[in-house]
Amino acid sequence: MHELSVAEEIINITNQYLPKDNNNEVISVKVEIGRLSNILVDSLNFCFDALINDTPLDGAKLIIKEIPITVKCEDCENIMEIDGFLFQCKNCESTKVKLITGNELKVTEIEIND
Amino acid sequence: MSRLTIERKVLEKNDAIANDIRRSLKEKKIFTINLVSSPGSGKTSLVERTIENSKDKIKIAVIEGDVQTDLDAERVEAFNIPVVQIVTNGSCHLEAGLVRDAYNKLNNNDIELLIIENVGNLVCPAGYDLGEDLKVVIVSTTEGDDKPLKYPAMFRNSGTLIINKIDLVPYTNCSLEKLRSNALAINPSLKIFETSCTTNEGIDVWCNWLESKINK
Repeated sequence: MHELSVAEEIINITNQYLPKDNNNEVISVKVEIGRLSNILVDSLNFCFDALINDTPLDGAKLIIKEIPITVKCEDCENIMEIDGFLFQCKNCESTKVKLITGNELKVTEIEIND
Repeated sequence: MSRLTIERKVLEKNDAIANDIRRSLKEKKIFTINLVSSPGSGKTSLVERTIENSKDKIKIAVIEGDVQTDLDAERVEAFNIPVVQIVTNGSCHLEAGLVRDAYNKLNNNDIELLIIENVGNLVCPAGYDLGEDLKVVIVSTTEGDDKPLKYPAMFRNSGTLIINKIDLVPYTNCSLEKLRSNALAINPSLKIFETSCTTNEGIDVWCNWLESKINK
């Protein structure tokens, strides 16, 4: 359900970068979504498309890059991607692993036709 | 055509308000927990048992979050504790802005422990910082021992796990051992308590620990 408020914030952030005269077309907005951020990609796309109707962003495409969960083992120092959500080193089975990526929820690029 | 490369956190507005709240709480030496769980795991019951057990030792205030009604605030008010009810009107989680408004209403009270009871939901509240010191996730034995595996982000983002309704274990197929190991697989640093809000089992252990966290 919170995809709706996340989509709203993405639009608010994008609007801050549009020139005031605003006859420009926003082609796309790129976002990075970590797997730990609990965002359903289909739902976010749906909410974004619904919210931009008849706004300066109408027609813009939301490009979502999903970021896997990667961790660094604090015992053997290996860096690895984990498939499920089991925070354990695949190499030495230590559970002392530090999250490197997976929590992302950010806007990274706006493409404008000016 | 131009491309602007930026780096903006989607929830930056929420995070900024949460940091303001955190700063204010720290100044006033208020320890704050954010209680999260599915609907019906026993968040309000745990709040009631915690108040009963600790209200003569520490000054407690409560912020209640619900989609509708102020029924929970009424339950807490019966203990003569300052309480503010947030009604989200459909929103599935509390956001820092709502908590700031509620916190401002509590401002004239002398508080050592602030309990924020979030909306019952194991998904959305995981992503929203409310300025708390500690996120406490509750899972009840009737929900099954696989809950941590199904909702990993919440268990990963919490510092403490309370396994509630342990009096009902004989009537369920929930294995406490499995529940613990599933939770620790997601988050090995979780501090775990076992409670029953009906028999009061484990409530004193939880409350003693909580009281020890409060800045005297």
